[in-house]
Amino acid sequence: MVSSELRELYQELILDHSKKPRNFRALADANHTAEGFNPLCGDKLKLYLKVEGDVIQDIGFEGSGCAISKASTSMMTASVKGKSVSEAERLFHEFHHMLSGNDAAKMDLSKLGKLTVFAGVSEFPVRVKCATLAWHTLKAGLESDGKVVSTEE
Amino acid sequence: MAGFKRSTAVDSHRNGTRASFDAERHRKDFPILNEKIYGKPLVYLDNAATTQKPKPVIEALSRYYSAGNANIHRGIHYLSQKATDAYDDARTTIQQFLHARDSREIVFVRGATEGINLVAQSYGRNRLTPGDEIVITGLEHHSNIVPWQMLCQQTGARLRVAPVLDNGEVSLDAYEKLLNDRTKLVSIAHVSNALGTINPAKRMIQMAHRVGAPVLLDGAQSAPHLAVDLEDLDCDFFVFSGHKMFAPTGIGVLYGKLDLLEAMPPYQGGGDMISAVSFEKTTYNKVPFKFEAGTPHIAGVIGLGRAIDYVNQIGIDSIFAYEKELLAYATEALLKIPGLRIIGTAKEKASIISFVLADVHPHDIGTILDQEGVAIRAGHHCAMPLMERFKVPATARASFAFYNTKSEIDQLVKAIHSVLEVFG
Ligand SMILES: Cc1ncc(COP(=O)(O)O)c(C=O)c1O
Repeated sequence: MVSSELRELYQELILDHSKKPRNFRALADANHTAEGFNPLCGDKLKLYLKVEGDVIQDIGFEGSGCAISKASTSMMTASVKGKSVSEAERLFHEFHHMLSGNDAAKMDLSKLGKLTVFAGVSEFPVRVKCATLAWHTLKAGLESDGKVVSTEE
Repeated sequence: MAGFKRSTAVDSHRNGTRASFDAERHRKDFPILNEKIYGKPLVYLDNAATTQKPKPVIEALSRYYSAGNANIHRGIHYLSQKATDAYDDARTTIQQFLHARDSREIVFVRGATEGINLVAQSYGRNRLTPGDEIVITGLEHHSNIVPWQMLCQQTGARLRVAPVLDNGEVSLDAYEKLLNDRTKLVSIAHVSNALGTINPAKRMIQMAHRVGAPVLLDGAQSAPHLAVDLEDLDCDFFVFSGHKMFAPTGIGVLYGKLDLLEAMPPYQGGGDMISAVSFEKTTYNKVPFKFEAGTPHIAGVIGLGRAIDYVNQIGIDSIFAYEKELLAYATEALLKIPGLRIIGTAKEKASIISFVLADVHPHDIGTILDQEGVAIRAGHHCAMPLMERFKVPATARASFAFYNTKSEIDQLVKAIHSVLEVFG
């Protein structure tokens, strides 16, 4: 029997994205890239962004990692594609807040949409970094170019 | 007292007349094994990371702090003498446990890592010159890689790595070919923490000696699980960590052959490592004190001595035989799980099993097992080059101690089935 916390952590949507990650490809015409690394578990990802004006026209990633980090990266790419940079940054803050804020219960998570499936990760403190790595890498990719982000800095 | 109980235990068990090993009885000595994790009994299978502590060790620490605490080698009062005696007794216990010739060959350090760094800096730094070579193997822990890389940067020496075969054994042919008259130091794991491989240490040491190279044997994973006879192995240095053998963290041992230690400069300067200091000149103390600058981890040393007494009472050879049984049982049970692959299938293995499970990342395995109360390690095991060698980002690792039981292995197997249920 699998506990309800585990069911909450490994929801269908998360398992689906981890097995069939969306936007799982390198972009030949990327104009921003960033690498993310979690030395604790060896999660590695490379993010490709094509930003035109203020809009994330295309996004893709490559790498390997646990189910949480893969699903989170896949869903991050799906949710910021076509959005403006400032909208993506707002999602970053809300996602981060959902997983690290103590007041998550009081938060209005409606803007996060499907991304709220990761709320259960906050019950597993050692896994929070698996879920946030993609978003930190996105932020680095938008802010600068070619920088490696580590969860251990 | 530091007894030489080991030999009796060895003999009665070598003859195959071993009575069955009473793990259940030994478990009672480890209070933490009664803990519940998320309401489930703890199944602790992360012994290669650190082991749990038996009551006699916990009590020795408590007794030291509540009735014997004092600094050593400096007070003339009763407690200081008592602490000094306990500290010195532990050194003798360890010397006998490892079959070293002389207790002066036992240097207290923080752990295996510090022991290796001490040898790199004190032995290696003054001796190695550009063009010299240091040989290690492909299955080393980072603590037996990085200190040598640092030494190579400092001296211009070159690091050479003996490759690992598909079954997790070191290629002895390749290792032997790497050895030559430029080899100035060899440093190898006795037992691999990531795969469990037991290296044929004696042969590897002989091969290195043939080219005149001294050998450091990293015993972090061997000392707690199999009989180490330094006289027979003839390695030049040996290190291990107390916390991996039922003693506190922050204490470990460097063994070095007396003539080598005597010829080496101190590693750190301070109190205890000197015999006379003036502003013009300082005369260093004798070994081992030359290498024990500052107030040491006295309680840790006493705890380590007690842990070894405890191991001696059970008998290291009985422990080895029992853990071998656990390993065989676990290997067979795990291999029945669909999609499970064991990494590291050397003929000689200690009770460590690294595995991967279909497409499931080890980190996810670790989380799910943890929910079932089963503690394992998931990750690169501080052996990233080895993970690279086997083309896996990480593995899940179950590592056993003599207080583990077959029914705990059944729990492990059950928990892995939960992983399959989630990822099915
Ligand atoms: C083979 C091996 N060598 C060295 C070490 C380092 O030990 P410590 O961290 O206690 O210094 C370990 C610890 O995992 C190990 O397994």
